[in-house]
Amino acid sequence: MTTCVDIINTLSPCLVRAGWNADVANLLSLLLGVVIVATVPLLTVILLIWIERKFAARIQDRIGPNRVGPYGLLQSLADALKMLTKEDITPSGADRILFNLAPIITFATVVLIWAIIPFTPLHIGADLSIGILYFVAVGSIGAVKVMIGGWSSNNKYALLGAFRTIALIVSYEVPMILALLVPVLMAGSMGMQDLTRAQGGMWFIVMSPLAAIIFFVANLAETGRSPFDLLEAESELIAGYNIEYSGFKFGMFMAGEFMHVFTVAVLTAVLFLGGWWGPFVDQLPALGFIWLGLKTAVVYLFMLLIRNTVPRFRIDQVMNINWKFMVPLSIVLILVQSFLLRLIDALGLRPAPEMANDLLANLPQTLVLLAGNLVLGAIFMHLLQRHGRTLREADEALAVVKGEAAPSGGLAEA
Amino acid sequence: METLNEWAFVGVFFAIAWVFPALPIIGAWLVRPKKPNALKKQTYESGVETVGDTWVQFRVQYYIYGLVFLIFDVEMIFLFPWAVAYERLDWFAYGAGFLFIFLLTDALIYAWRKRALEWV
Repeated sequence: MTTCVDIINTLSPCLVRAGWNADVANLLSLLLGVVIVATVPLLTVILLIWIERKFAARIQDRIGPNRVGPYGLLQSLADALKMLTKEDITPSGADRILFNLAPIITFATVVLIWAIIPFTPLHIGADLSIGILYFVAVGSIGAVKVMIGGWSSNNKYALLGAFRTIALIVSYEVPMILALLVPVLMAGSMGMQDLTRAQGGMWFIVMSPLAAIIFFVANLAETGRSPFDLLEAESELIAGYNIEYSGFKFGMFMAGEFMHVFTVAVLTAVLFLGGWWGPFVDQLPALGFIWLGLKTAVVYLFMLLIRNTVPRFRIDQVMNINWKFMVPLSIVLILVQSFLLRLIDALGLRPAPEMANDLLANLPQTLVLLAGNLVLGAIFMHLLQRHGRTLREADEALAVVKGEAAPSGGLAEA
Repeated sequence: METLNEWAFVGVFFAIAWVFPALPIIGAWLVRPKKPNALKKQTYESGVETVGDTWVQFRVQYYIYGLVFLIFDVEMIFLFPWAVAYERLDWFAYGAGFLFIFLLTDALIYAWRKRALEWV
């Protein structure tokens, strides 16, 4: 009897050698892979909720959860137990099937994204050749779940919250997909492993910081986190589309949101921070898991920092930022980036295939791309500044006409 | 064969992903108290009784945003093959991609000029 050591990748051939039916062995290894890949985010999210609460507490000069377990580590488990025993009320007039389906969809769609996350050079759920497209497709179900939840609750506030959320999610999907085109342009592939491998010499965040920023900000909006957390505007909409949910269904919405944030952090790390690349990953592929984890933690903590320090935008501001700033910027960015890539090819600055993972060989093309990005960013920031000044002067002129003092905070429209 | 296995993975994933959130909800259904009454099941509106039907007409602004989104989303999907094959494209195909993006920009400018992007 052979022992199956590296079970994740070689379980199926190993079992066949041990005398199993090939199909059964294949299915078993598939099932095992799925369960492992799906359990990683599930277990992490329990810890992440604790980290987030501690982090928020520290920023607000509190201590945070500290009663259940050492340092309050078991708080999430206690919360889960509490939700399990809470009465679950379905409001009269609600569409029962859709009402129960919405929290399940919320959670499942986030889990599904993990199928294409490359953990190490060897370990990935499914290395689809259209990985990016898969992410976009699964990610857009997020808008559907909001609509289902808001519509089926039979509550006006829930419906209003759902409308706003949909408008926001749908709008920010445009710059997000446009920003995703940039890594695809540079790697020449939509597969997640190919995209990661292409960053061997230089991370994409250095080669195109603008794309990374657009992707990051658009995803902040998609997850509904501050400063884009209009969907849970407590005073106007009470809580948004999940107002009628209670018990574990509400818990599923919350857990889904936490996991979405974490998933976005992982994706940013994979697409722009080099994924599993790090020292010694060539010799020991399993190290990639640690490097990816570290990069994800940095992105995640940055998201928490933004969430806890930036005030909320108004809905018209959110829409203006997206359609009048981020969408034009990302369109111009694609034009500039693709032109620069052509230019690099024409000038012969692209490193030879065998030197693709060498930092020095990548330096010339990186400098060209970085310079292009910085110039573009500077131009757009200047335009934004000028627009803001025009608005402010108009405000002040109006105030003078009305005989009032000039408003102190002139950011009426940004 | 290898790619087929990848898709089999996604298929199994689709089947199993629903189980993870469904299990705790079913578990909660088994243990939680069930004592609904008419007052509890009322629609929650901060204590005010609901007036009229919930599923009202919505503002036309959402519809316009939906239309603008649709234009962009569908057109952007066509850009992905262009981006993947980018290194192997000749100048003509490259220019065609540029033209396509300019049409996209044109749609944006049109919507902007028509004030479809204003939140009123």
